[in-house]
Amino acid sequence: MVKSIIKAVILFALIAATAYIAFNYAPIEKSMGVIQKIFYIHIACAFSAFVAFGTCFYANVRYVFTRQAKADWLGVAAAEVGLMFILVVLITGPIWAHPVWGIWWTWDARLTLTFVLGLLYVSYLLLRSMIEEPDKRALFSALFGIFAFLDVPLVYFSIRWWRTQHPQPVILGGAGSGLEPRMRVAYLLMWGALTGLLILLMNARYKLEALRASVEELRREAEVQ
Amino acid sequence: MGLLSNTAVLLGKELRTEFRSRELLTTTVVFILVVVVLFSFTFDPTSSESRRFGPGLLWLSFLFAASLMLQPCFLREQNNDTLSALRLSVSDPFAIFLAKLVANTVFLLLTEVLMLPIFAVLYNVHILPVLAQLVLVFLLGSLGVAIPGTAFSAISAQARMRELMLPLLLLPLLTPVLIASTESTAGLLDANPELRWAWLGFLAGFDVVFLTALWLFGEYLLEE
Amino acid sequence: MTAAAFSPTGIRFKNIDKRYGGLYALRRVSLDVTPGECVVFAGRNGSGKTTLLRIAARLVGASAGEVKYQNAKGEDSVGAPIGFVAHATMVYDELTAEENLLLFAKLQGIAAPEARTESLLGEVGLLERRSSLVRTFSRGMRQRVAIARALLNQPSVLLFDEPATGLDPQGITWLAESIRQMRDAGRTILMSLHGESEISALATRAIRLDAGAVVADTKTGASLHSILTFGGA
Repeated sequence: MVKSIIKAVILFALIAATAYIAFNYAPIEKSMGVIQKIFYIHIACAFSAFVAFGTCFYANVRYVFTRQAKADWLGVAAAEVGLMFILVVLITGPIWAHPVWGIWWTWDARLTLTFVLGLLYVSYLLLRSMIEEPDKRALFSALFGIFAFLDVPLVYFSIRWWRTQHPQPVILGGAGSGLEPRMRVAYLLMWGALTGLLILLMNARYKLEALRASVEELRREAEVQ
Repeated sequence: MGLLSNTAVLLGKELRTEFRSRELLTTTVVFILVVVVLFSFTFDPTSSESRRFGPGLLWLSFLFAASLMLQPCFLREQNNDTLSALRLSVSDPFAIFLAKLVANTVFLLLTEVLMLPIFAVLYNVHILPVLAQLVLVFLLGSLGVAIPGTAFSAISAQARMRELMLPLLLLPLLTPVLIASTESTAGLLDANPELRWAWLGFLAGFDVVFLTALWLFGEYLLEE
Repeated sequence: MTAAAFSPTGIRFKNIDKRYGGLYALRRVSLDVTPGECVVFAGRNGSGKTTLLRIAARLVGASAGEVKYQNAKGEDSVGAPIGFVAHATMVYDELTAEENLLLFAKLQGIAAPEARTESLLGEVGLLERRSSLVRTFSRGMRQRVAIARALLNQPSVLLFDEPATGLDPQGITWLAESIRQMRDAGRTILMSLHGESEISALATRAIRLDAGAVVADTKTGASLHSILTFGGA
């Protein structure tokens, strides 16, 4: 308990430091102005979301072949936390787009991909809530998760090709190339902080799921008697 | 007794059952018709607008119809536990999936081809010169819908709210199929019709990926 | 029934566990069934009878332990034909009796499926109704189709999961006679039943399951009557 409080405090300090550095240390971007700074959160969250997605896939495959409940717990933890990061990406995108392009949303490739990924996560979590029996729930959501993961590169390519034929304004395009050194520091710090947040949240969710599983087990045993 | 002969026998059963009652086919055709007509009320289909929006809404209605049509696929095997009888009788459980997905593709293709003349009339598009190519696009697209659709039918049969779960599971996943099929169809309905091979190749690739996934993981989908 | 074209097969259950989540449906069940035995499983609902039979049929995988089929010499018999009859009929309502049997015969690769189908329909007394949809059959007739289906591949082992459910007295008598013929032909039979009846009287051995474990066995001295009636059916 104390350990996790310490970890959380450290992480909070890290994020606060990063925010300070992003605003005061990193320079203001020439063409876009202050609003560009949202880039740090936007990209770092997107990265974390994809790490979570990869973790979910790993957990799904592990479950199908080993049937260990731990793998199922990891899968749902990764999916929920990943979904949260995706929501941040989908909110920060429009926040950037509005002052720059004058529109809230544009179906640019990366954002659309993220949206579809979010929908797949939501379906995964909804499916879990619709199957009561724990073993079945774990198996079938894992199988869906595997199919969803195989779909993602296909979604990415199809959206990209489609967008080359029907171009749209790009969200935060070009911001990734040629980062000024001070910007790079801010970005790396944010990336580190958010990855730390990802791990902390997944760990907490994992433990919650483990607890839930044992409560469910006890409840079922009590019912039988 | 091998995979192919089992598949052939089961495919025969699927087709015979459906053509006897034709429930699925008729309701699906009517559903697509209703959606296509309703869509036409939302904008005024002049010729150029039809070419722009037509393919997209055609495929959208196919996807919606498919997510309803694929429901009973595994659900009806729960009726008298016939799924257990199949599992005990076949040498390779993949035969069950193969037969069902081929049957589903056939049903989808039939409804789509039936819809085509109606769509052409309502939206003033010329389909006759590109009919064969359109059927090719429909075939690859329908396979793309039927393969994950059949797999997810097995999953949703185990869940509550399955009427909503199947579309929820299937539709986001089918984004690439929607895009590729729409682009291919649009290319053929264009003022200068062309067959967009890149998109067709992509559809074929999608079909191969998910067929392989189904082959690898199918037996787990049948576990009780 | 048909002249025996099968080899006598025994079943060995070794330390079978079946867990659903944290709950044990079966707990370290170990049994040796010798070829030709007719075993009845009794027990309350939820005692594990259905699970054990479905594991024997290989429809469900055990969480631990294994089921082995063995010939008369005790060697492993891989691919021994098994027939499974549950309280669900496991046949298609939308097909005729004949179409159902032909379907499963062809799937199992049975030689001359039409002839076999015809002969089985005759044995279960459904020849006149061969072209009627199963949907139109009574419960008793559906069970006959189910039994015909189970007998298609000349099984050496037959598994019956509460087969008498929903049958009227004539149906039960017919079923008992069928099972008696299968037993006398030397097929190994496992059946789960509730209470005493004409069918349970056919058993050469009875086993009681409670909460997933074997609690009584006629082989170790308990009486058939007490196993079938102890604690209520």
